Amino acid sequence: MNPVLAVRGLEKRFGAVVAADALSIDIAAGQRVSLIGANGAGKTTFVNMVTGYLKPDRGSIALDGVHIGRRSPRSVARLGISRSFQVPQLFIELTAAENLAVAVSGMHATTLSLHSPAEAPGRRDKAIELLQRFGLANLADRPISELAGGVRKLIDIAMALVRRPKLLLLDEPTSGVSAEEKFATMDRVIHAVAPDAATIVFVEHDMEIVGRYADRVIAFYSGRILADGSPQDVLRDPEVRRYVTGGAR
Amino acid sequence: MVFPVIAVTLFGRVLPTWTLSLATIAASNGLVALGIVVLARTGNVSFGQGLFFAAGGYGVALIANNWGITDAAAQMLIGAACGGLLGLVIGPLIARYSGIFFGMLTLALSMVFYGALVKTTVLGGSDGFNVVRPSLFAISFVDPREADFMLYAVSVVTTGLAGIAATILFRSEFGLASLAVRENNLRVEYLGISANRIITINFVIAAVFAGASGAFALMAQRHIDPQFAYWTTSGEFVFIAVLAGYQSVSAVFVASLALELVRSFSNLYLPNTWQLVLGVFLLAVILFLPRGIGSLWIRQRRKSAGVSAETSAVEEGAPS
Amino acid sequence: MYLFLTIVLDGLIEASWLFVVALGLTLVFGVLKILNIAHGSFYALGAYIAATAVTIAAAHSLPPALGFVAMLISVALIASIVGLLLERGLLKLFYGRDEVVLLLVTYAVFLILEDTTKLIWGVNPIYASQPYELFGNVEFAGLYYVGYDLLLIPAAAAIGLAVWFGLNRTVMGKIVLAVIHNEEMSVSMGVRVNRVYAGAFAFGVLLAALAGALTAPKISMQPGLSSDVIILSFAIVVIGGLGSVEGAAIGAVLVGLARATSVHLMPQAELFMIYLIMAAVLMFRPEGLFKRETARRI
Ligand SMILES: Nc1ncnc2c1ncn2[C@@H]1O[C@H](COP(=O)(O)OP(=O)(O)O)[C@@H](O)[C@H]1O
Ligand SMILES: [Mg+2]
Repeated sequence: MNPVLAVRGLEKRFGAVVAADALSIDIAAGQRVSLIGANGAGKTTFVNMVTGYLKPDRGSIALDGVHIGRRSPRSVARLGISRSFQVPQLFIELTAAENLAVAVSGMHATTLSLHSPAEAPGRRDKAIELLQRFGLANLADRPISELAGGVRKLIDIAMALVRRPKLLLLDEPTSGVSAEEKFATMDRVIHAVAPDAATIVFVEHDMEIVGRYADRVIAFYSGRILADGSPQDVLRDPEVRRYVTGGAR
Repeated sequence: MVFPVIAVTLFGRVLPTWTLSLATIAASNGLVALGIVVLARTGNVSFGQGLFFAAGGYGVALIANNWGITDAAAQMLIGAACGGLLGLVIGPLIARYSGIFFGMLTLALSMVFYGALVKTTVLGGSDGFNVVRPSLFAISFVDPREADFMLYAVSVVTTGLAGIAATILFRSEFGLASLAVRENNLRVEYLGISANRIITINFVIAAVFAGASGAFALMAQRHIDPQFAYWTTSGEFVFIAVLAGYQSVSAVFVASLALELVRSFSNLYLPNTWQLVLGVFLLAVILFLPRGIGSLWIRQRRKSAGVSAETSAVEEGAPS
Repeated sequence: MYLFLTIVLDGLIEASWLFVVALGLTLVFGVLKILNIAHGSFYALGAYIAATAVTIAAAHSLPPALGFVAMLISVALIASIVGLLLERGLLKLFYGRDEVVLLLVTYAVFLILEDTTKLIWGVNPIYASQPYELFGNVEFAGLYYVGYDLLLIPAAAAIGLAVWFGLNRTVMGKIVLAVIHNEEMSVSMGVRVNRVYAGAFAFGVLLAALAGALTAPKISMQPGLSSDVIILSFAIVVIGGLGSVEGAAIGAVLVGLARATSVHLMPQAELFMIYLIMAAVLMFRPEGLFKRETARRI
């Protein structure tokens, strides 16, 4: 079967820092892949390149056989890759429902209506439905600026779902959530995401979460892939234990 | 919304002459400022609306003098078209800039135009030139009072309609997306929406408003010169917009009227202090009413109307 | 050939005082991240104060050279005080707000100073031409120049070098550079940013006023002076890159030469030319000739 995402020989440098070094990854439809690696290993850089925010120095990225390595985030989003952000990228002064309403209007039309009201029933319903899935419907009319960090992360993910992406990339969905709540949060996310996105890549630092929710793990170390395989294998790999999971964690 | 426009227009019949021309200028300046507010909702402040103001004014003046089109309504449309066309050329070029660079680039372009006008001798150079009194629907107005009222009516009606259009725009899908661009243009792009396109469209709308306003300023003064494009002219428009805040359309006209009143009173009683008064006023507004005078009544509306909480939240966006 | 030389010399003379103004503007932007619209007003203020000082000196029949020095000192003193008062008393209130808001605050200051100068010095042109004859006339490659004009070039170069040296070779300068390049880092390293802000702003005002004082003998002071100067210095710093000292120098030379060229070849086209250069630079290198664009990290 053809992979949804096919990445070949991806390279990216920032001055002397090698953030991506000959990355080659295939992701098949329906896979739930976890990216692990210490801070600075290049996980976010990978997500940034796949979504068109950073241009790779070398290498190719293909989505369903279409080359997207030189496209803009907008065009990549339209082709079917969505993402959430390590630091939520929201419209702080707008309400939660409005944030999602913007996402919804971006999906339906290439030209936005200059007169149809923003809170027209269809758009608002869709926005509320999404919030409901994350258990946030009661916060629909609160501005983001009044909401806690954890809630913002969820809304950030909800925004990414609106387009029903072929591939969904989540950058540290549970960061900033307390250890006790991590599982509950991840559970919520996985369930909320399920109806709209089957193929998921998520960046995660907590190995228990990784073990529970991923069916494949890719370990990064200073821009390189250290190991790639089933959670059992990767988490047991001596190099991974030494450079990624071992010691402090 | 249409009713207040008609009421204000008819009210002009009972106003003394000096207030009439003052109100005409206020409405016309308010129109440019409204355009700045439209654009500012995307987070970009134009310091060069004088460019489109002057383009409208010069376009109308040239067509009036060469082809004899003196009808006020037609002149307004010509001004709007001149501004809009220029906006259509410039908008896509500068939509990718933001913050200070956007402001500086708009200022630079208006100063290029100013510089070009000053040295164009066929357009009268820095002295400019005169145009004839406008007519309306083939009626020419010999009585100056009638002429003033005609101009007042046309400008108030135009500005009023523009205000209504802006209100609809602000509440629209596009209006919400414009605010989203201001908040986080990167996320807008990630949602598959072109932030540059949103900025460009808002820019063109602002240019249309400024062009139409240039036509009114020309009709009121019956004279045009490069000062229309000078940066201090643009600065005054920005001033009105800041005073108003970007939450309420009516605030723009209140601010514009306030500015004109302050100007005429300080000209009358305290020569050479009106900019001083303005400066202090501006500082006070930025300090105490950072969301403009519009926030005085928008905030109340939010409290009183539970259902429309969402709309006013768009407009207000509570600080954290 | 004469024409060419004339244009170059005239251009450099223009560039010299423009550089001093732009240097102040770019330093203030570098440190405080404020694009100061009122900067032209400080130039005008310096010119007006210089005129008053020269007049007073003449009234007390001081020798012109002494009057000139007294003028420079009084301008420097008053400008530094005005700068400090403005930064501590006013600008400080708006720190942390959007950069466009700060731009508007300085626009308000511009408006206020505009009328303040009118109230103090009136609206009629005033002159301070005595020092202009101080250095006689100079023959240079067959061209006659006023010595004062020619001396502006080394004076500006000296000021520029002093600032460059002060920034790059002194401890205080290094602290200022640290604030320019990475404010958060310098705060965490114990730099008292407030003082740097106040000092940098006052110094920026001082430079603008000094340029005003230096040009005062050449020009007539009247309303509108400040808005013309700010528009030129904006162009310069934008061309060179906001916050860059070298950029201000290159920008000033470019603008000075553009002005001189158009004065000699196409009178009245000068503003057009200058702003065309600025618009072109912004289009192709929005960060200016001397700076690199940095992408936002997400
Ligand atoms: N825009 C950028 N400019 C310069 N360096 C960057 C940029 N983005 C990332 N880096 C560097 O690249 C490396 C990888 O960073 P990143 O992909 O964010 O790591 P991770 O997400 O795995 O923590 C780090 O050393 C980081 O400092
Ligand atoms: Mg990361």
